[in-house]
Amino acid sequence: MASGTRRSGLGWLWLPLVLCAAFLYLPILVLVVMSFNGGGSAYSWDGFSLRWYDELLHDDVLLESVVTSLGIAAGATVIATVLGTLLAVGLARHTRSRLLEAAAMAPAILPDLVLAIGLLSFFYAAGIPKSAGTVLLAHAAFGTAFVVAVVRSRLAGSDAALEEASRDLGAGALSTFVLITLPSIAPAVVAGALLVFTLSLDEFVIAYFTAGPTTKTLPITVYSMVRTGVTPEINALATVLVVVSVVVVVVAARAIRPKEKS
Amino acid sequence: MTTTKQHGGIGARLRRGVEPAVLLGPGLLFYAVLVAVPVLLVTGYMFATRGRFGGVEWELGLDNFTRVTDSVYLEVFRESLGLALLATLLALLIGYPTAYAIAKLPPRWRTVALVLVVVPFWTNFLIRVYAWIVLLNSQGLLNDLLVGIGVTDDRFTLLYTPGAVVVGLVYSYLPLMILPLYAAIEKVDDDLLEASADLGAGRVRTFLGVQLPLTLPGVVTGSILVFVPSLGNFVVPELLGGGKTVMVGNLIRDQFLKAQDWPFGSVLAMMVVVLLVLLFLGQAWVTRRVEGGARG
Repeated sequence: MASGTRRSGLGWLWLPLVLCAAFLYLPILVLVVMSFNGGGSAYSWDGFSLRWYDELLHDDVLLESVVTSLGIAAGATVIATVLGTLLAVGLARHTRSRLLEAAAMAPAILPDLVLAIGLLSFFYAAGIPKSAGTVLLAHAAFGTAFVVAVVRSRLAGSDAALEEASRDLGAGALSTFVLITLPSIAPAVVAGALLVFTLSLDEFVIAYFTAGPTTKTLPITVYSMVRTGVTPEINALATVLVVVSVVVVVVAARAIRPKEKS
Repeated sequence: MTTTKQHGGIGARLRRGVEPAVLLGPGLLFYAVLVAVPVLLVTGYMFATRGRFGGVEWELGLDNFTRVTDSVYLEVFRESLGLALLATLLALLIGYPTAYAIAKLPPRWRTVALVLVVVPFWTNFLIRVYAWIVLLNSQGLLNDLLVGIGVTDDRFTLLYTPGAVVVGLVYSYLPLMILPLYAAIEKVDDDLLEASADLGAGRVRTFLGVQLPLTLPGVVTGSILVFVPSLGNFVVPELLGGGKTVMVGNLIRDQFLKAQDWPFGSVLAMMVVVLLVLLFLGQAWVTRRVEGGARG
């Protein structure tokens, strides 16, 4: 089997590739096509129009939730990137505890629903009213785990020799960290930050449980739109989000590739 | 504590003690407050009583545990496990040939294929579920297609069925199946497969006897990554199941946001966590066995 396919191209293997691509992309393609539909139906085609994009641009609730989500994502990214980077360096250089390593990954491994009800309970018990701030803290908590994962894998590939040399030459801990450690892990820190930012923008379950009654993140708004029914406006929104995610994934894939080669 | 050699005076040694604290302290403290305390709180809630106006009263007891054995809830558990297992199996059946094919692509195309697998996953989850509302609706495209090719004359609702829920779950988590499978398949040495073929084993036997056991860690990891979020999902059953299909996730959500019975919701949630821990232990066991075997 292997010898055959290795030399004579893919053989029958194109079939699962095509089928899987169709399964993954046809639903999205339908949304994209129907977003240019002039009629009011999300199902039947009624001529090309950009009318739903225009509608999107004038949907104040939606635009406001985009701003809310961007703010939460930015704040969560800053906290998660700083704490996650410190944690990853500390784990790599100062401990061999498997327990600590597992603990550092816990928020990413726990089912989101469990973290969500836990945080809801915590904010309630601590008397902290739910708001955009509580969502920000919640997103920072699970985001930190992802930064740890990304930075940690970068550190695993580098050895501590440079840092030791820097110490031996009399540099302090802080200057060693800033001048030696940080530059060597910078791409991973950026990748981790990007990851947290996009995860936070997309995150629904935890936000749904920890948001205040007037806090509407983008996914929360999309949820209530989708629940109330099928409208072409959601198709237009979907198209915009698909384009954004394609750009993010392609940029991230390009950013990560050179690192793998070296 | 450190792997570095001991040198320097008291100052240096002091620095070595302070540094780990500075690096690890803030993150661990953050986790203690926002992860450990919440999980402990939910664990404690399992033994508490529901408050009259939401929240919790600390009258301890085991009532919440006995309630789980109520036939209504057992039925929800049975159905959730069934649907999540079916979704996992389908994802595996679609994912394995796909991951295998990707692993056999020329390296350049491999990256492209992997990016293509990942892109839908980075698209908003609710939008992906919404796409299936559009497709499965009685006026939707799938019905157009079925009527068009003469499979059926009547339009019927594919939406709001357990089948729609399973499709939605597979669609949502398929990339999480393909990626670990790809990683496992890519590691398999083609020479082993050739050796098996040269020794007279047929394709099926080579697959079942060599390929599948060697890629079992990927199969297990992918299955867990699909199964666990499927089980805890409440969005897909709600939007594609139309409220008729209730899964554990819905039950937990409702206890916290509708029925305001947090203690009972905590018991249900911790059951999912216990299941998760058991699955991870199983995964570690399988990985150890396969990797130990390959080395030995």
